[in-house]
Amino acid sequence: MLQLFQHLGHQTLSSFRKLGRGSYFLVNTLRGFPNILIRPRLLVNQMYSVGVLSFLIITISGLFVGMVLSLQGYYTLSDFGAEASLGVMVATALVRELGPVVTALLFAGRAGSALTAEVGLMKATEQLSGMEMMAVDPIQRIIAPRYLAGIISMPILAILFSSIGVLGGHLVGVGMLNVDDGAYWAQMQSKLDFRDDIINGMIKSLVFGCVVTWIALFEGYDAIPTSEGVSRATTRTVVNSAFAILGLDFILTAMMFGD
Amino acid sequence: MQHTHTQDTLVGLFVAAGIVGLFFLAMHVSNLGSFVDNDDGYVVTARFQNSGGLKIKSPVSMAGVKIGQISDISLDKNHRSIVKMKIKSEYNNLPSDTSASIFTAGLLGEQYVNLEPGGMDDFLKDKSEIDITQSAIILEQALGQFLFKKSADDAHK
Repeated sequence: MLQLFQHLGHQTLSSFRKLGRGSYFLVNTLRGFPNILIRPRLLVNQMYSVGVLSFLIITISGLFVGMVLSLQGYYTLSDFGAEASLGVMVATALVRELGPVVTALLFAGRAGSALTAEVGLMKATEQLSGMEMMAVDPIQRIIAPRYLAGIISMPILAILFSSIGVLGGHLVGVGMLNVDDGAYWAQMQSKLDFRDDIINGMIKSLVFGCVVTWIALFEGYDAIPTSEGVSRATTRTVVNSAFAILGLDFILTAMMFGD
Repeated sequence: MQHTHTQDTLVGLFVAAGIVGLFFLAMHVSNLGSFVDNDDGYVVTARFQNSGGLKIKSPVSMAGVKIGQISDISLDKNHRSIVKMKIKSEYNNLPSDTSASIFTAGLLGEQYVNLEPGGMDDFLKDKSEIDITQSAIILEQALGQFLFKKSADDAHK
């Protein structure tokens, strides 16, 4: 019985300790941002590996998600003779929810896991300690550019996902299922608001970008410096990011779209 | 150094693609595009007994063609609804005795203002008012009147 409480207390304390380390890590990272201005090269390199290399999976997923939405939406809407609303349905679903959320989940799997593995291996092979020995702050040099690259890349990727998805929906709806081309666009334009829908979707993806990249980098930085520790940290990145994304999405949606 | 140049280009393309995507979403998917080309146009007002479910940005159409949108709805001193409509400037030949009525698109669709052209030779201008109007049909009111009439008829028998 006593052991149970001891275990519970240990778990609670260690999770709080981790949260504390994480917050401290985040503050230090943010403090490293001005340093990026001196070396924009580092940011461009990271934008390449975080953003450009995720481009393909995001656009292809966006295309297929849009196409499937259009197909499924058509079957249901045509029961009510409301095929003309297909465009609104596809665009609203993509811009408000699926764009930011699916992009963030894919980003966590594609870029987040890579960041954790990279930083974790740097720690395991003592490259980070080596930097400290040379009086180079690894948080400023390694972590901060990666964090900023993640924050910038995520909204861009979400915008691309939504845009390609809307085009994919058009491809299936208008091309295959003979929904009227004008109705697809016109209803979409009259129902979607730039401020309420598109900006809110972008805010969501910005928040996801901050959280996912933070989790990924911290798990790598905090990993036990062995090959097993790095592999566990990578798994934790993907799992914890997914939880954070879906939980935050609910909170953000409740705050943004409740009127 | 060749390698970093390729990276620069690809990152630049990536950011540019993001900007193009945002532009596409703003102009083609959301309503921002219609704000831009609707800046030119003239405003006419109409007073309705009841403007029903009419909203700002609801369409104004004539003979089924969308010629403008609602820009403002407010209440006047006599508790009537003042509806301001912005008509595109290319449609500047609406007769001054044009009448306005509020219709519903389909059974469950949104409400819109339909303009029926009159026969006068002079045209509606900026800030002119449409005199002949027909209010929105409120389903509950129509049903109520029908039931009231029916029960009155039954009482006479």
